[in-house]
Amino acid sequence: MNYIPNILFAIALISGIGYFATNVKKLIRNLKLGRDVDVSDNKSQRWRNMAMIALGQSKMVKRPIAGFLHVIVYVGFVIINIEVLEIILDGLFGTHRLFSTVLPASVYGFLIGSFEILAALVFVSVIIFWMRRNIIKIKRFWSKEMTSWPKNDANFILYFEMVLMTLFLVMNATDVHFQAMDTGNIISQHITSWFGNTSSETFHIIERTAWWLHILGILVFLNYLYFSKHLHILLAFPNTFYGKTRPKGQFDNNEAVTKEVKMMMDPNIDPFAAQPEGSVTDTPAKFGASDVQDLNWVQLLNAYTCTECGRCTSECPANKTGKKLSPRKIMMDTRDRLEEVGKNIDANKGMFKDDGKQLLDDYITREELWACTTCNACVEACPVSIDPLSIIMDMRRYLVMEQSAAPMELNNMMTNVENNGAPWPYNQMDRLNWKNE
Amino acid sequence: MENIKVPTMAEFMAEGKQPEVLFWVGCAGSFDDRAKKITKALVRILNKANVEFAVLGTEESCTGDPAKRSGNEFLFQMQAVTNIEVMNAYEIKKIVTACPHCFNTIKNEYPGLGGKYEVMHHTQFLKSLLDEGRLSIEGGQFKGKRITFHDPCYLGRANNVYEAPRELIRKLDAELIEMKSCKSRGLCCGAGGAQMFKEPEKGDKDINIERTEQALETKPQIIAAGCPFCNTMMTDGIKGKEKESEVAVMDVAELIANAQDL
Repeated sequence: MNYIPNILFAIALISGIGYFATNVKKLIRNLKLGRDVDVSDNKSQRWRNMAMIALGQSKMVKRPIAGFLHVIVYVGFVIINIEVLEIILDGLFGTHRLFSTVLPASVYGFLIGSFEILAALVFVSVIIFWMRRNIIKIKRFWSKEMTSWPKNDANFILYFEMVLMTLFLVMNATDVHFQAMDTGNIISQHITSWFGNTSSETFHIIERTAWWLHILGILVFLNYLYFSKHLHILLAFPNTFYGKTRPKGQFDNNEAVTKEVKMMMDPNIDPFAAQPEGSVTDTPAKFGASDVQDLNWVQLLNAYTCTECGRCTSECPANKTGKKLSPRKIMMDTRDRLEEVGKNIDANKGMFKDDGKQLLDDYITREELWACTTCNACVEACPVSIDPLSIIMDMRRYLVMEQSAAPMELNNMMTNVENNGAPWPYNQMDRLNWKNE
Repeated sequence: MENIKVPTMAEFMAEGKQPEVLFWVGCAGSFDDRAKKITKALVRILNKANVEFAVLGTEESCTGDPAKRSGNEFLFQMQAVTNIEVMNAYEIKKIVTACPHCFNTIKNEYPGLGGKYEVMHHTQFLKSLLDEGRLSIEGGQFKGKRITFHDPCYLGRANNVYEAPRELIRKLDAELIEMKSCKSRGLCCGAGGAQMFKEPEKGDKDINIERTEQALETKPQIIAAGCPFCNTMMTDGIKGKEKESEVAVMDVAELIANAQDL
């Protein structure tokens, strides 16, 4: 017997999965560059969020057309992947359609028939997606931050899916043995005729070619994920799990600040007392965030999860009215900078070497940060629980608490709050005057 | 001077009594001329419903919301801890406020700093009075009027309160019409995140104009608001569109108070 195809298959499979695993490791390493954050609360709510938002696509369908098409592609992706299991087993053991020999013909036919219908539906949906981007030119796909790579990335994904679905159907259509079973070939039987009176030998060659290209394509696609916005197909699940469970209006209280404030307010604490031996001062080196390492790992996970759909930006009041702020750009910038830092670490034997750059100013400008109204429209719009607002807030904290670089009018407002307990220059003693006016 | 009763916590304390609820007036409600009218409208309703409330008066200070949203966590926490000390000393249990920013901050951000209270937005509180039969709402001059409600971000999206203000408006027998983007998709008025206190960044349009245009699409007679800052922004928007003679911007509390000539 000829074992060469089996061996080639095993090599392709191992290297495909192996390379993907190295990149997953790199991704986890990069996430760990972020600060730690406690996400042990609200377990049951978190599971519910993941089930509803990621698995159940509940927020995708808020925009019915895109949502409906996305559900087709998503369900298609998940279900058609059952077929990949058979392909892998066939590839490793040199069998042909292993499941057709173990499952009753009717069951096998039902499965493959469903895959074929889904494949056709996915193909159509992907075409519509492509048209929305490239022909209808929906505004959110053409914003400023959608430079050539993000646009190409989105289209590559769509081409990949078109090709994979085509290969799957062609593979079935040219499989003489499968067509002879005449069950489950609901779509592919019509494609068979396109090949006309081809000899069974040629059919076999086409079938084998499609089969190989299909599985190799899947392995290439798997490895494309790490470099692409398409990573969301995996990360949407952890991201919705770790997403915010508190009310959207609740911003975290910085604990280091709390300690300092309490110390200032408590007459019994001697701020000059010597720290007990061995105690660690937990005042952070920096308030707020000027670079990706100052963000927490959930915020970094948010950045890797972002699929650049732009729903956030299309709902952002600042962006709608022509300001530079785009919540999607905040996420894309964070990921780009994180990748840059990761590559820097790889190039410098595991240590980050200062590159004179940071997330603030080199990626995200102050003008963008100060345009935010903290209205949470972006957070609400995100179909996978990304929180661009938390990054904006952490960066504002850096600007104000580390650099005292708030816009002048805000400094005036803060001085007023500090001196008279109101954002305007009124005397606190006049606070009840309205009663007698 | 009108005949309104506004006791302070200090007065209650002196009599050895606790009010039913603390009315947190907020900076806008205390100092802004337009917002003071909302404060008084709410007081008139509370007086009418015989709600034993008190204000902190000169002991109240900014919650710290604009400082926090500007990024000044230190100033925010100083304000918060000071306010919490005052309120805890008075053993405050329940708070009502007509400002969604104060509402959000006290409700969500004070507990972590030692201030745990039941906090209600005035529309929620009025709704509860209505449900308990302590308050009746009449349509009066607003019967059949076309009213659209602008969701304040810090009431709606931030805290998922969408129904209380709407139910109050419906009780006026008014025609409540929704804007295209409302509730969880409501567009910000442009004031949040301390934008109220600064000029907007460069763009093609001001946010309040965009929102006012959305409101005007519903052909309203009244734009109802539930936030003093939204009120200012929408009022400015209406002025900018020269529609002041046709469209009024009013707080839900003002609608209820004015309907009964309070």
